[in-house]
Amino acid sequence: MILSAAALAAALFIALPVAASLARAGLARSAWLGAIGTARVIPSLAVLALMLPLIGIGFAPSFVALTLLAIPPIAINTDLGLRGVPAAVREAARGLGMSEQQIGLRVDWPLALPIVFSGVRTATVEVIASATLAGFIGGGGLGEYVINALAANQMPQLLEGAAGVAMLALLADTSLAALERCFAYTEMRPA
Amino acid sequence: MSDGATGAAVRLRDVAVRYPEADRDAVGGVDLDVPAGAFVVLLGPSGCGKSTLLRTINRLVLPYRGAIEVGGSDVTESDPETLRRGIGYVIQAVGLFPHLSVAKNIAVVPQLLRWPADAIAARVDELLELVRLDPARYRERLPRELSGGEQQRVGVARALAARPRVLLMDEPFGAVDAIVRTSLQDETLRIHRVLGTTILFVTHDVDEALRLADRIVVMKEGRIEQDGTPLRVLAKPATPYVEALLDAKDAVRRLSLLHARDALRPANGADTAGAPLGAQAYRVEAGATLRTVLSELLEHADAVDVVEDGRRIGTLSFADVRAALLASER
Ligand SMILES: Nc1ncnc2c1ncn2[C@@H]1O[C@H](COP(=O)(O)OP(=O)(O)OP(=O)(O)O)[C@@H](O)[C@H]1O
Ligand SMILES: [Mg+2]
Repeated sequence: MILSAAALAAALFIALPVAASLARAGLARSAWLGAIGTARVIPSLAVLALMLPLIGIGFAPSFVALTLLAIPPIAINTDLGLRGVPAAVREAARGLGMSEQQIGLRVDWPLALPIVFSGVRTATVEVIASATLAGFIGGGGLGEYVINALAANQMPQLLEGAAGVAMLALLADTSLAALERCFAYTEMRPA
Repeated sequence: MSDGATGAAVRLRDVAVRYPEADRDAVGGVDLDVPAGAFVVLLGPSGCGKSTLLRTINRLVLPYRGAIEVGGSDVTESDPETLRRGIGYVIQAVGLFPHLSVAKNIAVVPQLLRWPADAIAARVDELLELVRLDPARYRERLPRELSGGEQQRVGVARALAARPRVLLMDEPFGAVDAIVRTSLQDETLRIHRVLGTTILFVTHDVDEALRLADRIVVMKEGRIEQDGTPLRVLAKPATPYVEALLDAKDAVRRLSLLHARDALRPANGADTAGAPLGAQAYRVEAGATLRTVLSELLEHADAVDVVEDGRRIGTLSFADVRAALLASER
């Protein structure tokens, strides 16, 4: 749990500013999105396995791997959301005398937020599900529980662990979905 | 060269713009003086540089040569945001903020200027009334809950919110149907009359230009081809290009710029002496255009009475209309 939350926070911390600053850059944006698209096709287990020789086992490599996993959905949706702001709206904002910073704060982000948020939601589910695998490299958590059961061939314990992970992912997903709806609602309604 | 209230509101000197990677100037050395309170229409075909020229005035486009003054000061003296907050800007696509209510859209510039909240609220209602939208009904609506014409009314209200002295309008009514466009044009003329705001208006619609402008600036490939009153431009097109663009040979089009008041044969004495019997039944208002008069003449009589405030002030015949048309060419 802590591992997942930390990884998500780190991913947000990296993906949001980078995606935001590159959303309107030409070449750099293509490179960044290309890199992310490539990263996306590497399976999470492979990422975890790659971490082993690089950072060893334990919390740190799991954290890095999960962060890497969470970045693409957040980055892609941030890019989508910001670029989805109609050109006429930005043009009007500029013509009215908003600074670039004010346009970002009052126009771009409010309009992009629902899409950014659904990216965060996707990332959360992926991270929780993959955190299980972190058990393989000593990341701890529910994953360890599942893996120990697997090793000991303890079917009931295994199912218990798996169900726990599934429940957790589902819970996170539905609560975030609810939050997303309420975001979209307040953003699209006059306060 | 004085720039008081009666001086130039906008002054362009040798303004030239070239976009990156373009092989020619989008605007190539334009001089333009717009007196305070004028309604100037930039007219020309697509791609001739109208929008580009307009956007140099609020510094959305930077010229590589030339100077631009608004209200007597060079636009490069203040920072662009401050400059733009003092200039109204309306675009064809409107660009209302979709996540903000009508009231909050209109309040954007006053808020940037940190007006007190009660002054902003009062101003929003005042502006909604100015553009003829009932504040109680429209204040809290979202842009997507408005028709195209209503959206553009809100766009105009938003542009006027902080009482700009200059209003830039780039094909503002290009996306609405003909009936709504006509009523928006009327509103714009009324607002211009009431507020005295200097307006620079871009269009490629000749009839719209003739209807609105007290001065038409005809553009071609980034340059000014002719600059004058609508009547002047129609009667004396400077080049074949202007003549073709305005269809200036069309006499009826020119008649729409002349008024009964200016062409009538005055009634002598208190009586109707001289007016042919039977013609008195047909009358036109002194403010009617000669185009209207012509159609009355064609339909009803050889001469019509011209009335003002219910009083008959003169008559107009075919010959008078024709004489007025010929006089306008001089
Ligand atoms: N942002 C831009 N980048 C590069 N070239 C541009 C840009 N905007 C306009 N141009 C070019 O500059 C020229 C003038 O364009 P402009 O938009 O000022 O014309 P316009 O008279 O407003 O046309 P329209 O009636 O179609 O709006 C055109 O050749 C156009 O292709
Ligand atoms: Mg244009």
